[in-house]
Amino acid sequence: MTDEIAIRGTNVVKRYKEFTAVAAISFDVRRGECFGFLGPNGAGKTSTMKMIYGAVGVTEGSLTVLGRDVGSDLREIKRRLGVVPQEDNLDTEISVVENLVVFARYFGIAGAEARRRADELLRFFQLDEKRDQKVEWLSGGMKRRLLTARALVGRPDLVILDEPTVGLDPAARHLLWEKLRQLRREGATLVLTTHYMDEAERLCDRLVVMDKGKIITEGTPADLVRDKVGKEVLELTVPEGGQDELVRALGAEQIERLPDMVLCYTDDGEGTLHRVRASGAPLESARLRRATLEDVFLRLTGRRLGD
Amino acid sequence: MSIFRIPRFEWSMAAAVWLRNLTVYKKTYKLNILPNFFEPVFFLLSMGFGVGAYIKNVDGQSYLAYIAPGLLASQAMMGATYEVTYNCFVKMNFGRIYDAIMATPVNVEEVALGEILWSVTRGILYAWIFFVVLVPFGAVPTATALLALPASVLVAAMFATIGLTFTALCPSIEMYSYYFTIFVSPMFLFSGIFFPLSKMPPWVQGLARVSPLYHAVELCRGLFLGAWGWALLGHLGVVLGVTAVCFLLAVNLIRRKLVH
Repeated sequence: MTDEIAIRGTNVVKRYKEFTAVAAISFDVRRGECFGFLGPNGAGKTSTMKMIYGAVGVTEGSLTVLGRDVGSDLREIKRRLGVVPQEDNLDTEISVVENLVVFARYFGIAGAEARRRADELLRFFQLDEKRDQKVEWLSGGMKRRLLTARALVGRPDLVILDEPTVGLDPAARHLLWEKLRQLRREGATLVLTTHYMDEAERLCDRLVVMDKGKIITEGTPADLVRDKVGKEVLELTVPEGGQDELVRALGAEQIERLPDMVLCYTDDGEGTLHRVRASGAPLESARLRRATLEDVFLRLTGRRLGD
Repeated sequence: MSIFRIPRFEWSMAAAVWLRNLTVYKKTYKLNILPNFFEPVFFLLSMGFGVGAYIKNVDGQSYLAYIAPGLLASQAMMGATYEVTYNCFVKMNFGRIYDAIMATPVNVEEVALGEILWSVTRGILYAWIFFVVLVPFGAVPTATALLALPASVLVAAMFATIGLTFTALCPSIEMYSYYFTIFVSPMFLFSGIFFPLSKMPPWVQGLARVSPLYHAVELCRGLFLGAWGWALLGHLGVVLGVTAVCFLLAVNLIRRKLVH
């Protein structure tokens, strides 16, 4: 194990009684990168995160975090870890700043140093005006930012973020993304789960796509899109019953049939569209767009991420 | 993962959990502390003077002096019990505060220990305030009664560990009404606080002897009277023994509940 690897999972399995949440996954997270687990709800992402920070045990396989085994060395791992859980578990009985100061004590940081860090984090996450308010008065976006700030109070080497922007409005998401990118630039190693393909594309240097407890592919967002899908996607809708004819007209092109439309993956969208129009196949509307990770997931599973 | 382990602790971690509770308590202590003061005063006034007007002498003491040490023990019990029952249940099941703490270097054993230490703190507050109230009532007969102060710490610890064991097993918050009506209230009434057990039918006496509070009451009463002897040591042994057993039970059950 070199120092370059922040997390190494080898055939990691998590079973809850009869149910297998994670089915033998292997992956490496490198130091200093933002690594993503992309997949729909129930893919096993949260179970994987919980194994990394020890909230649940590993059923089979080996999982090392920062060079230490999660089974035997959890406390040392947790000293260097920051965790942003999916559920808001802020302490509602104390104020915003106290949430940070109290949390700092769990990392052995007390007194003036704890207060200094808390103030610094509140400024960074634009929460200083809410400093002495009760947590329950914060908006959803502010709570998420406070959860993220709280995870950083121990100056972690590795930050785990489980669905960091789920349920947030666009403005709140963008603000949080900006902060996460800033952390990334400052050298933090980030591991995040998401079922938003745009989040994965914007933040992740590398990612794995998970489905039904397994890793189905991995790579950089750009490579995955290029290799699995191509450059562009034509979204074609046809009148009721016309899909077969359209598909025949598309010929050898890579396509995905959905109930309400046909997707055509291509490196030359304009040319393909021209050919379909010329063929006289029924066509209601056509939209050409850039290929995304959503398409990668669709290509590999036949389902959409949100399904 | 083994089912039962002898827990290992870093005290500074348990202290951080304790301090979290202190931070919360500091916000409301002015409101919280007054009932701690009034309730025992009302008890002393009504029972001590009310019932005491008819009962002049119990085992050679005034009625008020007779019930004082038992009430002290029950104060330690109540202070600790409130904390490890409703409060811990809410933190564990609704606020998910323990999940948040366990993602830090603090381990589940230290969460349990921190909560026990905090509920002991609350028990101490209840009991020691009561002790202060006893002084002007003339219900602190000897200097050895001061030893009831450290004894009340042990009593609080015993009920903290018993209560936390129940909380670890408790599936819903409604179950606490059983804990209080089937366990706490009968103990309060039949543990020799208000009348000597020797006047009770033998089966009630038998039941009382398995009540942890009975031994706590007898421990405090013995210290109030300076009644040294093997009996006193026996009661102390029961309090320590129950605490040790329930401590191990509570920590292991809480781990089973919170770590999967």
